[in-house]
Amino acid sequence: MHPFSYIRATDERAAIGEVSATPDANFVAGGSTLIDLMKLNVMQPTHLIDINALPLTKIETLADGSVRIGAMVRNSDMAYNETIRSRYPVLSEALLSGASAQLRNVATLGGNIMQRTRCYYFRDTAMPCNKREPGSGCSAMEGINRIHAILGTSSRCIASHPSDMCVALIALDAVVHVRGPRGERTIPFADFHVLPGDHPEVETVLEHGELITAVTLPPLPFATRSHYLKVRDRASYAFALVSVAAALDVQQGTIRNARLALGGVGTKPWRALDAEKALLGKRAGEAAYHAAAEIALRSAKPHKHNAFKVELAKRSLVRALTTVEAIV
Amino acid sequence: MQRPNHPPDPHPRIPDSDTDSEPAGPTPASPILSSTNRLSRREFLAETTAIGAGAALGTVLTTDTPASADPQSATAQRSAAPVNEVSTTLQINGKPYPMQVETRMSLLDAIRERAHLTGSKKGCDHGQCGACTVHIDGRRVLSCLTLAVMHEGQSITTIEGLADGEKLHPMQAAFLSHDGFQCGFCTPGQIMSAVGMVKEGHAHSEGEIREAMSGNLCRCGAYPNILAAIQGAMEGKTDASL
Repeated sequence: MHPFSYIRATDERAAIGEVSATPDANFVAGGSTLIDLMKLNVMQPTHLIDINALPLTKIETLADGSVRIGAMVRNSDMAYNETIRSRYPVLSEALLSGASAQLRNVATLGGNIMQRTRCYYFRDTAMPCNKREPGSGCSAMEGINRIHAILGTSSRCIASHPSDMCVALIALDAVVHVRGPRGERTIPFADFHVLPGDHPEVETVLEHGELITAVTLPPLPFATRSHYLKVRDRASYAFALVSVAAALDVQQGTIRNARLALGGVGTKPWRALDAEKALLGKRAGEAAYHAAAEIALRSAKPHKHNAFKVELAKRSLVRALTTVEAIV
Repeated sequence: MQRPNHPPDPHPRIPDSDTDSEPAGPTPASPILSSTNRLSRREFLAETTAIGAGAALGTVLTTDTPASADPQSATAQRSAAPVNEVSTTLQINGKPYPMQVETRMSLLDAIRERAHLTGSKKGCDHGQCGACTVHIDGRRVLSCLTLAVMHEGQSITTIEGLADGEKLHPMQAAFLSHDGFQCGFCTPGQIMSAVGMVKEGHAHSEGEIREAMSGNLCRCGAYPNILAAIQGAMEGKTDASL
């Protein structure tokens, strides 16, 4: 690991100032992504600002019914929070399907939003990777690409986004609150992560020095009928090959509203808006779900080893929707 | 002084072994061995590793070695000197451990190499195996994926701090009576994780326990007995008469 200087921040302003003033500085919260990648020399910050002492740890219901979650809330605390469990079960399930209990005890909301890809070549400094070293090439394109993305890819990068939590957050239309050297702003979750395009090294719209302070979940009454389905190589403690966040509002057998998002298949957390629209007004049932699944994967671009994800994602969508429909 | 990390124990044992000593091997001429006939394996490895590293760099790796006028050796010394070293004190098992650490030292390395509590094991060192599981302020976490400097003022518990004097923690007793291990390397992490899991209170059924313990790998495949041990401890059945 490359050496770095370290300070512990006690207030947001100072933390933001420290990072802004140093080009290679990084915030560190739980550290489960950052320290892992620093050990691999994939990330090499020269200055670390520990934000664990910042009081961003509350989960509160606001006057308008939305729920505000502090950026330093640990994944386990969020997953078992009674408000999250009862009002947004898809988020609780997504969190509990990720990593292990030990990692969930340290991983934070803000950190998980900033999680980096598990692409083998991104993590291996011996191999070219446009995300790690812009312009060096993409090893996954012609390499082993079984775990890689089929949606939102570019000729420069096919790395899949690894987070489960983010799939639930994009389905719920979450809003990210950030604070930077020039003040505060809010970013709709769907706009927070960006497609790789010609610049896979740019993963979010966050500017250097900006700190995620909170996420708000708008009220979404039908999200009580929501579910996260994760399909992976082993039953637990593995990244998603395909995952689905789904919520349905069904009245008298007709779909009034739907939320669908996919994980494991996109270069960013993937909202299937066209598939959601296709469900509206349809009779709840497999026929409608199959049709929606076809639409969701319409633009999929598989590579040599991950073509199975197209069919797997369709079937997962159908199964997730079927499961949600059965929730009473 | 920055010392290379020790490799994982090739013959790890379950963590009751402060009496960890064995004959030091067939090199009686060694100056280390002549000072004592019965060095522990761990001491032997530590000494030989430090000597090996020092010899390779042509200098002794301490911070207080006087600067040399020879520019070549000064370069060697700069590259070998600890960088961004800070003083910190970790509270481990109720005791303060003042120590000098580089900012990049993991909590696991500080526990093992500075506090010399070697019960917590380094398996993968990347948060994938659970062998390094300890408790921080009562919660189970992976000590390999966090930095020592981040934990000043917090209460750290390792496997060494679990027993009440000579009286084993019920989970330790249950692992013994249910034979919840084979080689024992993953056992400290398994036990710390299991104790944390019970405290969290979310896992009750066999399936829930398996899921809640999925962050702890066992290459011997002792999972059925590990599960039985945890269930035994949860039911208060920890004696060997089961």
